[in-house]
Amino acid sequence: MNTLPQQLANGLLLGSMYGLIAIGYTMVYGIVQLINFAHGEIFMIGGFGALTVYAYVLPAGTSVWAALPLMLIGGGLIAILFAVGAERFAYRPLRGAPRLAPLITAIGLSLALQEVVRNFYPKADKARVFPELGKGSYEIGSLTVTNADIFLISIAAVCMTGLALFVRRSRTGRAMQATAQDPDTAQLMGIDTNRIIVIAFAIGGFFAAVAAIAYGFKYGHVEYRMGFIMGLKAFTAAVLGGIGNIYGAMLGGIVLGIAETLASAYIDGIPGLQQLGGASWANVWAFCLLILVLLLRPQGLLGERVADRA
Amino acid sequence: MLILTSVLTTGALTLTACGSRDEGGSGDNGDGDATTTITIGVDAPLSGENSATGLGIQYGVQIAVDDANAKKVVPGVKFQIKALDDKAQPATGQQNATALVGDSKVVGVVGPLNSGVAQSMQQVFASANLVQISPSNTNPELTQGKDWQSGTKKRPYTTYFRTATTDALQGGFAADYAFKGMKKKRVFVVDDKQTYGAGLAKIFREQFEELGGKVGGTDSINTGDKDFGALVTKIKAAKADLVYYGGQYDESQLITKQLKEAGVKIPLFGGDGMFSPTYIETAGGASEGDVVTSVGVPVDTLPAAKTFIETYKSKGYKGTYGTYGGYSYDAANAIINAVKTIKEGNDGKLPGGKELRAKVVEEVGKSNFEGITGKVSFDEYGDTANKQLTVYQVKSGKWEAVKTGTYNG
Repeated sequence: MNTLPQQLANGLLLGSMYGLIAIGYTMVYGIVQLINFAHGEIFMIGGFGALTVYAYVLPAGTSVWAALPLMLIGGGLIAILFAVGAERFAYRPLRGAPRLAPLITAIGLSLALQEVVRNFYPKADKARVFPELGKGSYEIGSLTVTNADIFLISIAAVCMTGLALFVRRSRTGRAMQATAQDPDTAQLMGIDTNRIIVIAFAIGGFFAAVAAIAYGFKYGHVEYRMGFIMGLKAFTAAVLGGIGNIYGAMLGGIVLGIAETLASAYIDGIPGLQQLGGASWANVWAFCLLILVLLLRPQGLLGERVADRA
Repeated sequence: MLILTSVLTTGALTLTACGSRDEGGSGDNGDGDATTTITIGVDAPLSGENSATGLGIQYGVQIAVDDANAKKVVPGVKFQIKALDDKAQPATGQQNATALVGDSKVVGVVGPLNSGVAQSMQQVFASANLVQISPSNTNPELTQGKDWQSGTKKRPYTTYFRTATTDALQGGFAADYAFKGMKKKRVFVVDDKQTYGAGLAKIFREQFEELGGKVGGTDSINTGDKDFGALVTKIKAAKADLVYYGGQYDESQLITKQLKEAGVKIPLFGGDGMFSPTYIETAGGASEGDVVTSVGVPVDTLPAAKTFIETYKSKGYKGTYGTYGGYSYDAANAIINAVKTIKEGNDGKLPGGKELRAKVVEEVGKSNFEGITGKVSFDEYGDTANKQLTVYQVKSGKWEAVKTGTYNG
């Protein structure tokens, strides 16, 4: 049995999820040069927001397909609320402070949000079961895909295309590019930079919520700790692709996902490398790839598009 | 600060008040006909994640103590329990151990639930020569030392005993059932690289191959992993008819879900780390038909435990007695019987303090009586001689016992 197509699909799916979350890291970094380490928790809160809509707002027994749009809106709104709230109350007061201050704040915020969810969300000290998106799985040639997989890949494609068009075509998108290039000049040109920053946080939050809903469908649960590892991986993806560059975040996510999957699938089959293969070594190989890329191309695969700051 | 102090003082006063009320005003002289009060300590998670099982341990001991008092098993001695909550945290367990050691009325302790917690308590009890009997710890290291796998068994603490059998037997029992009971011929073995999981998987693999089964492939994962797409594709390509997993339910519930979704309809087999209602809850329908082994026997299947179960239910105790309640009852009785033997062998008088504790350790080691879970006796490592194990399978969304037996390796 040729497993390569299935393994590539596995990697692509995982990578799309990383890419969606990585957008939040990269946009915020591109505009305010802040690594928002609380972004993993925004992802987690988006998942809990969607769960709340399904489990507590909608009447019991609602079909998941019918609930899906409302879950996307609800989860998205909650994530946006927290992302924008974090910007307004945690990061904005520190706008002029040394770089380390907002970074530490982000780490603190990340822990605080985890604890808030664990302590105040009903039964969140354990993993909460997420609704299932139908039981179907389909055979396409040697590929097997589930509803959750199809949802993830299509929503990732829609979100990414939408974002690319938004940034390139819309007025606000162009204002974002300008702010990323030079916030002071952008302000002099009449761009409300505060508003642009808020929009960047909001888009990142919404994308994280979308990823969290896909995560919930794919893995069947959400839990208060889920943002940590996913956030770390997505941050890696953003750096791999070139932090600050939204196309880089998408590419970085997919490259990272595929690299992890292929490493865990095939490295132990290479003679002499049996000891270094298998699923438990996937992260090691993924980070080796990151180191390699950063050694050869410190700006990441696509480079920072806005690096032409004087 | 003033408020804090007054709260603390009030708290301390309340505790003292409780303490003296429990003694029933019978005086503390300990000679003649006056009743001596003896405490059996309990340590288990009474709140938080594992509390359902933990409360089963507490009430198992409570029933043993009530029975002993009602039947006047040891004339002139009134037993009581002192239950402390370890929240399944090793550090809290250690604090509780220190507190129990400091209470001079405590002659023995039943608990804890978790092997990791036991590790932090053993030393404390050993230095005070206070006996500890766990109804549920399965890590072989606790009784047989760090190198038990290489065959050099060495008992680390002479005060530690257990009424549950160990993981070392679980892997072999599982392989036996997989090959002979389920008629599986080709297994894919996965573990989480932890002491418990990797050890279990290794024993299973060796035993399965010895019986004539084939190992179609092996892999390890990391605890905390969520995406097992690559692993599942490998399992599919290996054409195995069974997956054995050494580890906890956190990962295995996701593996089984992703496995079945990828169209690989073969059961996942694991150890007692997987034996949890959460596993079925998270994996949903995908868990149907999955199998685990667990140490001990479900108490409801034992005829001798009938009265115990009736008492438990009629008292309206919370928690689940099913898995470890019976073993807790027997553990407490081992301590009660030890006290009885000591009193009888000493002209009806109980020695005091340190001497009593030392003698209890000695007598518990010599235990030999019919408990509700079977014969209660310990080998030279403090392990139970009663090596019972049970296979459970998910049937209609519930764990159901499908085979019970003893296994001697």
